[in-house]
Amino acid sequence: MSTNNGNGTAATGGPIGKSVKRVEDKRFTMGHGKFTDDIVLPGQTYAAFVRSQYAHAKILSVDTSAAKAMPGVVAIYTGADVAAVNGVPCGWQVNFKNGNAMKEPKHPLLVADKTRHVGDAIAIVIAESIEEAFDAAQTVNVEYEELPCVVDAFKATQPGAPLVHDDVPNNICYDWALGNPIEEVNAAMSSAAHVTTLEFINQRLVPNAIEPRCYNSSYDAINDKYTLYTSTQNPHVIRLLMCAFVLGIPEHKVRVISYDVGGGFGSKIFHYTEEALLTWCTKQLGRPVKWTAERKESFVLDAHGRDHITKAEMGFDSGGKIVALRVKTYANLGAYLSTFGSCVPTYLHGTLMQGLYTTPKINIDVTAVFTHTTAVDAYRGAGRPEATYLLERLMDLAAHEMKIDPAELRFRNFIPPFDGVNQPGYQTQVALQYDSGNYHAALEKGLEMLGYEDFRKAQKESANNGKLLGVGFSTYIEACGIAPSAVVGSLGARAGLFEFGQIRVQPTGKVTVYTGAHSHGQGHETTFAQVVADKLGISMDDVEIVHGDTEKIGFGMGTYGSRSIAVGGTAIVKSIEKVIEKGKKIAAHLLEASADDIDFANGNFTVKGTDKSIAFGNVALTAYVPHNYPKDLEPGLDFSSFYDPANFTYPFGCHIAVVEVDKETGKVALKRFIAVDDFGNIINPMIVEGQVHGGVAQGVGQALFEGAEYNEHGQLVNASYMDYCMPRADDFPIFETATQVTPCPHNPLGVKGAGEAGAIGSTPAVVNAVIDALWSGGHEVKDIRMPLTSERVWRAMQN
Amino acid sequence: MIPAAFDYQKPKTVDEAIAALSGSNSKILAGGHSLLPAMKLRLSQPSKLVDINGISALKGIKEEDGEIVIGAASTHADIAGDRIIKSKLAFFSEGALLIGDVQVRNHGTIGGSLAHADPASDWPALVLAADGAIEVQGKNGKRRIKATDFFTGLFSTALQENEIIIAVRVPVPPEGTKATYQKLSHPASRFAIVGCAVVRFADGKTNIAFTGVADHAFRASNTETAVSGKAINEDVIATATNTAVQGVIFLSDHHASAEYRKHLTKVYLKKALQVIT
Amino acid sequence: MSIKITVTVNGVKHTDKVEPRLLLVHYLRDVLRLTGTHVGCDTSGCGACTILVNGKATKSCTMLAVQADKAKVTTIEGIASNGELHPLQEGFNQCHGLQCGFCTPGIIMTACDLLKNNKKPSEEEIRVALEGNFCRCTGYENIVKSIQYAADKMSAPKARKTKKEATV
Repeated sequence: MSTNNGNGTAATGGPIGKSVKRVEDKRFTMGHGKFTDDIVLPGQTYAAFVRSQYAHAKILSVDTSAAKAMPGVVAIYTGADVAAVNGVPCGWQVNFKNGNAMKEPKHPLLVADKTRHVGDAIAIVIAESIEEAFDAAQTVNVEYEELPCVVDAFKATQPGAPLVHDDVPNNICYDWALGNPIEEVNAAMSSAAHVTTLEFINQRLVPNAIEPRCYNSSYDAINDKYTLYTSTQNPHVIRLLMCAFVLGIPEHKVRVISYDVGGGFGSKIFHYTEEALLTWCTKQLGRPVKWTAERKESFVLDAHGRDHITKAEMGFDSGGKIVALRVKTYANLGAYLSTFGSCVPTYLHGTLMQGLYTTPKINIDVTAVFTHTTAVDAYRGAGRPEATYLLERLMDLAAHEMKIDPAELRFRNFIPPFDGVNQPGYQTQVALQYDSGNYHAALEKGLEMLGYEDFRKAQKESANNGKLLGVGFSTYIEACGIAPSAVVGSLGARAGLFEFGQIRVQPTGKVTVYTGAHSHGQGHETTFAQVVADKLGISMDDVEIVHGDTEKIGFGMGTYGSRSIAVGGTAIVKSIEKVIEKGKKIAAHLLEASADDIDFANGNFTVKGTDKSIAFGNVALTAYVPHNYPKDLEPGLDFSSFYDPANFTYPFGCHIAVVEVDKETGKVALKRFIAVDDFGNIINPMIVEGQVHGGVAQGVGQALFEGAEYNEHGQLVNASYMDYCMPRADDFPIFETATQVTPCPHNPLGVKGAGEAGAIGSTPAVVNAVIDALWSGGHEVKDIRMPLTSERVWRAMQN
Repeated sequence: MIPAAFDYQKPKTVDEAIAALSGSNSKILAGGHSLLPAMKLRLSQPSKLVDINGISALKGIKEEDGEIVIGAASTHADIAGDRIIKSKLAFFSEGALLIGDVQVRNHGTIGGSLAHADPASDWPALVLAADGAIEVQGKNGKRRIKATDFFTGLFSTALQENEIIIAVRVPVPPEGTKATYQKLSHPASRFAIVGCAVVRFADGKTNIAFTGVADHAFRASNTETAVSGKAINEDVIATATNTAVQGVIFLSDHHASAEYRKHLTKVYLKKALQVIT
Repeated sequence: MSIKITVTVNGVKHTDKVEPRLLLVHYLRDVLRLTGTHVGCDTSGCGACTILVNGKATKSCTMLAVQADKAKVTTIEGIASNGELHPLQEGFNQCHGLQCGFCTPGIIMTACDLLKNNKKPSEEEIRVALEGNFCRCTGYENIVKSIQYAADKMSAPKARKTKKEATV
């Protein structure tokens, strides 16, 4: 193998490690992308929904008679029609501390009895045109009896709180803990010389992929076959969940296609009720049914992210070494369990409480709670941003309280460098074993880029000029490359988390690659082709990447958790290895040598120590025209592999934000953002940098702009772009980015994944920077609730 | 995102438009950038739209009898880029560029903005501070409404049924006039959380108008008295800012509380006064 | 009621009878099947639907098709000429100005309007010009660079010479 050379590029001189321009760009820049809403099928019908205006209400009656008489209406279905159909499932079972399984109330395709959040679907109206569907939906008459609701996770657990589901006492889905026994942590904490305590809210975010969700489902009665076009991040998983758990239809009779998808960020991982409902409807009607979310629907239906109420305490000895961490979190799950909602505050959050530090005693306790709000699930980073926010806010605050420099405090507590080969992986107190890391170096690099000493001087000067300057640090780690199936299975995952990759060498030596990963912006058509071209010594032009179609691709687990290159890429590499191994046998036969004596490099099979060689293309042709061919060897050159990773991967890095706060208004301007990230080896630096930019923008968005605001009636008051503040181009400076390389020791590419890091590391850096700015102005403040709107910052300065 | 069905008419003259408006539940379609989103969300369901973009009399910006006359169907971009405006009423141009975004400015109109009377829109403050008048036409002919009489409440104006704004008239500011518009934009909508327009004439007379802070834009007359004719120094600014927040019922929403708006009113008045000093 | 409109889209004249409530974006997508223009929101916020109407950047979700009667419309499908990519299309590829590609057409069309009025925009001017366009993937920086790339290319001596020759 030509990897793990530690410099971020492979040794072959091939396309790996180069900033190859994206091959998928042409169709998008010319307006020829193929998004689900672009598809119109013969006999197409269109759906609109009647949705609850109330967060919690009894449905007294649903009258569809007027609507049914409206022009163009094809059918209307209500909760009663689908009462016998299962609800959409949750893919991860978390158990209560006492061992009981979590509470899993049904999430029906249409509600019949009660609505549990604003936007809950009461009826689907299907018509010949979208206009007619909307018009008719307006005339469906629903009689409600409004009931009291609860939107806050902590309040929902208190006696007397309105119940979201009658059979879930105190609205608690589960309680859960991880780490060292609480008695040990309490003892360590009470021995601490200093304890820093922070109570905060990691606010709820709306994912806001710019493409609204869209589904178009059709049924071919003659062949009893379904086709679902869906804007999803993982078509095979959607097929599996929908067939096996919801509709009970045979999986081989369903084709799920997800062509171009306009951003996911987690929100398009999940199996949504509309996918199954449209598929159920198309069979009733024998006509294709299409639904495209309006943005106002996206706001209240696409699973939200974060929403934790947390109290965290970090104990230090007199030398500033962490001795204990104790965390209590109330995690808001929304009204229903979304597909992976249960694992986000637990196995994707609690397991990261070690951070980059040698903390010897850790305990995290999580109570997951139903409320009358939109479901909460994975949103870029999923649990890891919450963990990083918690730790990194504590670190800067503790440094301030103990009067230690925040960078110095981190240096004192970092886990020493380890490569996972010569030094073992690092066993955390919270179940994970880190693969490899070099945390000091990342922070050192960040400080150098910042010019730390000069910054502190400038900070003092600016305080005199009406502006407060601040710097904030965040040294993060995340767990990616999700995931070893046996490990996650033992933790409650109801699916394996391997990936599939197939290499089909065509007779002419051209290569078609089928991957179970799904690209919705990540550039797999380029990156994966770089890997294949590099490993086979062929041109990228001779490689085609196919994804997003269950009929073409054997299987797939899809794209999330920064897993595509580490898991999907490795599955492809394993298939390439099989291709080369078989190619050697064919080449050996043609070159009259032993297969053991054949080397493969730069696209040629060569007899070791000779100049006798044969090109890859000729071997491919021979495989399909096997006239002169080894006995007992099958023709063809087509291999697939399933790769189940040995461990998670652990990217890490250092993010530093510099902000300026207007003393009079509290308005924050982000002046600089420095990101030093270690993703292991990098296939395409241009694409990786783009991932960092996008992630940072979302992380900064959480810190400064974004946040779902529910009022006491359970209404999402900022459910439009007039109210929900999306980050814009003029909110950002030029990002200063750098990478370092500590290869992943347990996958052949040495890669760790880069999709989420930006969103994980950046948020606490920005908040820390604002608070540092306030400290520099003499305002003693511990926390400002995100997003840090100008008003909130102004208020913090009034103390 | 589909409006309810409606009829559509595109008259060529103001008289035709007025005739077209009569009858049930008609609305004027100018730039459409407030109306169409409301219709798509079905918050507004007019039975007819009267598109005034074909009426040439409503277009154009000219100087006439000591006034700058801005046709009601002039877009924010038209105004921002207009030569007369830039040379004689530059703060209108600067203010126009703070509205919405490029696309909105290309279509949204000054007449539409004034008629809609969103409490946080920018034009009302600018027109108020500039001693502007709104020229309207109805069945009984034309009339002029002073800007100070025009804004009557939340989304409400002195426009009568079936009256159309045809122009905004602003006296050409005499030599030596200084003017500015200072705004804190809502980070999502880019409407004003607070907008403060100040016009100070050579003789020291000072006009001050606010938008975004209360249920409609208004002239701060007591504050004007506190500033007019006086040299602007720290004391005058302090008096002015304290006066400006007296008797105002401040808006409050999830982004900015009344208390914060009150504070911003002072801050942005101070900024504006410092700019024109 | 339905109304006859004639719209020139990417140089091709189309005459259709449409309902007044048909939004221009739906006319383009559903009637003309030009699906490069996208719908991302209901409130004129995201800019994914941006096209040029008579040369001006316009959110086509906030304009009725009937309002475009007699107008010249340019969509993302219409800016490449003779198989050659527009400098913006090239710039977005060269500078990695897109990821999922959904907002890209609208952003490119906004940039077309910008570069028409400002041949050499600064970084800040570009960022301000993008106020009406959301991108959730890129963090905008590479979009800014893509537009700068196009501006440089469009004002490069070679391009100027060609223009001069054409006008002679």
